[in-house]
Amino acid sequence: MYKRQDTIFVQTGETALLIGQEVLTFITFLGELSSAVWNAIRHPSRIRWKDTFYYMNVCGADGLPITMLICFLSGVIIGYQAAVQLQKYGAETFLPGLVGCTVVRELAPVMVAVIATGRAGSAFAAEIGTMKVSEEVDAMITMGIEPARFLVIPKLIAMITMLPMLTVFGDIAGILGGWAVGIFQLNMPLDVYYQTTVGWVKYKYFLESIFKSMIFAYVITTIGCWRGLRTGSGAVAVGKATTSTVVICILMIVVVDAILACFFNTIFFTR
Amino acid sequence: MAEYTDQSEPAIRVDSLTAGYDGRIILENVSFEIPRGQIVTILGGSGCGKSTLLKHLIGLYPPVSGDISILGRSIVRSSESERRKIMQSFGVAYQSGALFRSLTLAQNVALPMEEFTDLSPEEIQKRVNEKLSLVQLANFGEMLPSDLSGGMIKRGAFARAMALDPAILFFDEPSAGLDPLSSASLDQLILEIRRKTGATIVVVTHELDSIFTIADRAIMLSRETKGIIADGKPADLRDHSGNEFVRKFLNRGRIPAVSQGHTL
Ligand SMILES: Nc1ncnc2c1ncn2[C@@H]1O[C@H](COP(=O)(O)OP(=O)(O)OP(=O)(O)O)[C@@H](O)[C@H]1O
Ligand SMILES: [Mg+2]
Repeated sequence: MYKRQDTIFVQTGETALLIGQEVLTFITFLGELSSAVWNAIRHPSRIRWKDTFYYMNVCGADGLPITMLICFLSGVIIGYQAAVQLQKYGAETFLPGLVGCTVVRELAPVMVAVIATGRAGSAFAAEIGTMKVSEEVDAMITMGIEPARFLVIPKLIAMITMLPMLTVFGDIAGILGGWAVGIFQLNMPLDVYYQTTVGWVKYKYFLESIFKSMIFAYVITTIGCWRGLRTGSGAVAVGKATTSTVVICILMIVVVDAILACFFNTIFFTR
Repeated sequence: MAEYTDQSEPAIRVDSLTAGYDGRIILENVSFEIPRGQIVTILGGSGCGKSTLLKHLIGLYPPVSGDISILGRSIVRSSESERRKIMQSFGVAYQSGALFRSLTLAQNVALPMEEFTDLSPEEIQKRVNEKLSLVQLANFGEMLPSDLSGGMIKRGAFARAMALDPAILFFDEPSAGLDPLSSASLDQLILEIRRKTGATIVVVTHELDSIFTIADRAIMLSRETKGIIADGKPADLRDHSGNEFVRKFLNRGRIPAVSQGHTL
């Protein structure tokens, strides 16, 4: 005898249904957001600029030290690992190119996005979730204020402008990490390292880096805000919202990065 | 305010409302009308659907079936822009106050005016001060909600709900968590608001003192029947209701001997 809930088929089906419903709410949210974005473009004066600058400061400036540190160390790590291998073949001269391209095209955008998920994405979900639980979101709706405009647009503008800047700083920090390895491990002169890096790392890689981080900014902000707005009732629900934000964001960053990697390598950088 | 409405229509009309969440029915086939200018309390045991009813009345959730009209206009079957108009005709003070934490008290009260009217900043400032002094918070306009006490937040929420001089005011458990004196002064405030503005006021509350002080009428919901089990003057219901649960509820759990004669 099985209780109805006990069969694996019922469980699988119900979970699938639940995920389907959640995805549907996300698509609805994206629709509302698009109309809010369109309205913001038409009436820029109605954007809450004070909030926007606040989030720029929190997501951008405040995150700069940790971002640079992590990207620098990532540069050191891949630089060191590569140097050990390259030395075996006497191919040390490829180190600057290897580190530069990896950091700028992949590592820095992804690292910065993961840090932003932890710092900003989860904070967005917690902030909006708390407002949901304390009926502030309800109050907004009855006062004719769309949560998408009031709560999401400032965060979105802040993230889409600040994340690319952080990423450029991260790119540079990562290259410096590789350079440290070049100097201390391979005794490469500074000007040689610099010249080789410039030769390998094309400016369009920086554009790729910036473009990617803008997409990541959009992904992190929309997921964080959506989870926040979907918060159930009670304080526990806020914790659940932040956890699910981090999990979904990291998953989506990797998925989107894979798609973008194919996209860039097949469409833009074919030789 | 609200000059577009037909004066002969009741403030609120609920027509065979069935409401629930995710397929779970909380209220079934509920109908009532609230005439203009009445103070009505909605009561009932915990979890019977008082807040659910309130949130449907203000159009936050779509009902499963049935209709709700505010000042003669359906809030269920209206377009987004019509709904925005209807929402200007009522103010809501939520159970938790729900003042926006990033704004000062004065900015909170000013927000509905900035959103819905073309008033000049000076005019808005003047009205904000008016509303704040009505709730005795005139000197606290520059403070953030996090620096106010629970009772002050409740009164601030009253001021914000009244920002547009709405024809209807909804209060969800205004006195929950307040000391008896604050709660009594809140009751006086509700009576004063009606005297000054003639507004229709709907209050969800558990406070028996406040029910008997302010309410012209009490509507009692029940979880068992998913509907209204009593509707009338609070004192009449207390003394003469035919439903034992209603009498018990309004007598703080003590059932007095049933007074013979008429039952409601
Ligand atoms: N957003 C929601 N989603 C799902 N179920 C909900 C939601 N809000 C309330 N409920 C459920 O609906 C039922 C009625 O809740 P409601 O908040 O209307 O009760 P209430 O009468 O206001 O109770 P209280 O006196 O405790 O405030 C409860 O069982 C509750 O769990
Ligand atoms: Mg309630």
